Amino acid sequence: MAAKSHEEEHDNKAFGWAARDQSGVLSPFQFSRRVTGEKDVAFKVLFCGICHSDLHMAKNEWGISTYPLVPGHEIVGQVTEVGSKVDKFKVGDKVGVGGLVGSCHSCDSCSNNLENYCPEMILTYSAKYHDGTITYGGYSDIMVADEHFIVRIPENLPLDAAAPLLCAGITVYSPLRFFDLDKPGMHVGVVGLGGLGHVAVKFAKAMGVKVTVISTSPSKKQEALDHLGADSFLVSRDQDGMQAAVGTMDGIIDTVSATHPISPLIGLLKTRGKLVLVGAPEKPLELPVFPLLMGGKVVGGSGGGGLKETQEMIDFAARNNITADIEVISMDYVNTAMERLLKGDVRYRFVIDIGNTLKI
Amino acid sequence: MAKSPEEEHPHKAFGWAAKDTSGILSPFHFSRRDNGVEDVTIKILYCGVCHSDLHAAKNEWGFSRYPMVPGHEIVGLVTKTGSNVMKLKVDDRVGVGVMVNSCKSCEYCHQDLENYCPQMIFTYNAQNHDGTRTYGGYSNTIVVDQHFVVRIPDSMPSDGCAPLLCAGITVYSPMKYYGMTEPGKHLGIVGLGGLGHVAVKIGKAFGLKVTVISSSSRKEREALDRLGADSFLVSNDPAKMKAAFGTMDYIIDTVSAVHALAPFLSLLKTNGKLVTLGLPEKPLELPIFPLVLGRKLVGGSDVGGMKETQEMLDFCAKHNIAADVEVIQMDQINTAMERLAKSDVRYRFVIDVANSLSQSQL
Repeated sequence: MAAKSHEEEHDNKAFGWAARDQSGVLSPFQFSRRVTGEKDVAFKVLFCGICHSDLHMAKNEWGISTYPLVPGHEIVGQVTEVGSKVDKFKVGDKVGVGGLVGSCHSCDSCSNNLENYCPEMILTYSAKYHDGTITYGGYSDIMVADEHFIVRIPENLPLDAAAPLLCAGITVYSPLRFFDLDKPGMHVGVVGLGGLGHVAVKFAKAMGVKVTVISTSPSKKQEALDHLGADSFLVSRDQDGMQAAVGTMDGIIDTVSATHPISPLIGLLKTRGKLVLVGAPEKPLELPVFPLLMGGKVVGGSGGGGLKETQEMIDFAARNNITADIEVISMDYVNTAMERLLKGDVRYRFVIDIGNTLKI
Repeated sequence: MAKSPEEEHPHKAFGWAAKDTSGILSPFHFSRRDNGVEDVTIKILYCGVCHSDLHAAKNEWGFSRYPMVPGHEIVGLVTKTGSNVMKLKVDDRVGVGVMVNSCKSCEYCHQDLENYCPQMIFTYNAQNHDGTRTYGGYSNTIVVDQHFVVRIPDSMPSDGCAPLLCAGITVYSPMKYYGMTEPGKHLGIVGLGGLGHVAVKIGKAFGLKVTVISSSSRKEREALDRLGADSFLVSNDPAKMKAAFGTMDYIIDTVSAVHALAPFLSLLKTNGKLVTLGLPEKPLELPIFPLVLGRKLVGGSDVGGMKETQEMLDFCAKHNIAADVEVIQMDQINTAMERLAKSDVRYRFVIDVANSLSQSQL
């Protein structure tokens, strides 16, 4: 018997845009979502942020993509149906889903609210769900997810600008907290001023931290200082500037996913300072050992955050009026947006207006 | 005109020094400063041979100046005390480690982190404030500021205690700082040499489960039966390594040669910490995916402050921890260095300075 088509494998019709192959080009795609289970929440998708991971995955750059692939893990919308055992959400609620839609719920990580580190975590798209079917992400009209993986969006946050917080936001919020780089008066560097970087600046400032943006582009300086509120700006190629900043930072959040030298960044750290990478270069980086030892310094990584912390992050953002800086686009602009994203030509996240522009 | 090493200070001293990048040591006459008000003069009894002595003698790190008298694992007896010295007296058994001075006024010095003071002065191969070079413990006498002298607990043997002054504090400090002290947690130790074997003993004293990770199986019985490690993992055995993936809370990496970090990062659990203590000549390769996907970290640590060094000695005394040593005569040092380069020692050479140095003058 032939395997069911994407349209038939579940009972609820769904529509979205999918990449069909490694070209990464997206096009309209009819598929289906599961019926709302007793612990599920179904929602109409209103907006979905475009994360750089969507681009990596659409082109199978990490070798784990399954096609057709519907990207999108910065999803916000309005609840249309809740399962019989759902008590945290009701129809009409504004909610979101980030990078995960499942985990094992029994390992050490899950028990510690770290579903993002669960060995059996299920990604929001291009992953195998508990029922054996492939997950499809937020470049689509409707979404169904287990209540555990749904986040409430507070009333005062505009939905479009809140969407990127579901991945970019938690990705930088979590390490600021975990590595103790959130204490007033500390000095934290943020490397790279893109989707992740600009949100990191906003969060760190709200935590009372002095922020220096470190970038290869001098053109971003005014933005960083005037608009995002960074305290200073360092051009990484400026030897004098970098030298003057040696040993001044308690920590650095490095959002750059291309291969880049970390030795100069380690030099910027104070003794016992921490360099935390949240972008993931594919190739190993050179680690100079002497500076690491002589200063008792640390190089660590962080990958997203658990659901409890994601809710905490959204609530923190709401209290501090923090949202992403976005460029709202229509669904059929997505391929152009992907090309611009590749060149870093966006301030600072594209968000697809799914509610108004995704049409069959 | 610069004075010769014999003349630059008022008190004659004798030791063995490396004269060039061959690293070969030979008798060397030099001098020590007057005992100042904050100083103690120490007659050296024993000095451990740290792998750093070998790196430095051969200028493997590029900042060696010759002649160089190595040695920063010094145990001896106080022979003189300055007028401001209250806590030490003549005949006290004391130790000197990796540092002999710091600025005493910066935020690090104020936090008992003299090892991170930007003006910290190494026991050897460094420059004193007066422009003269520091000379280490492969010598008969040393004059040191009291702040940088620790007391050797009465119960500890002088020879077995000497290596703790560098190897001991080098592993103890990060074990405390990175929280490797929770009984029942699992610590991996890469390399079973001077640092590694002391880390096993201290790890067991903290109540940790300890796995020794080594490139060869020849040290297995030693590690398990004599040192008390709980298990032994041969890093060249892919199947055994794979079976141990994601099982360790922390790893102490003592290997001083350039080596791959990736296999050891795989051994860590989520949130695991790898602390690297060796000083290879070249940078290491650091894969980033494992750090991001598992929130792991790689940290460095460099000895410890003076307060913590004393705390470490007292801890070792309480738990009957001393280094396993092979005592050698001064004139055997070059052979010992060759054997050290091949890791052929269980697990630290210690020079019997008091009994063999003066003979070597003849």
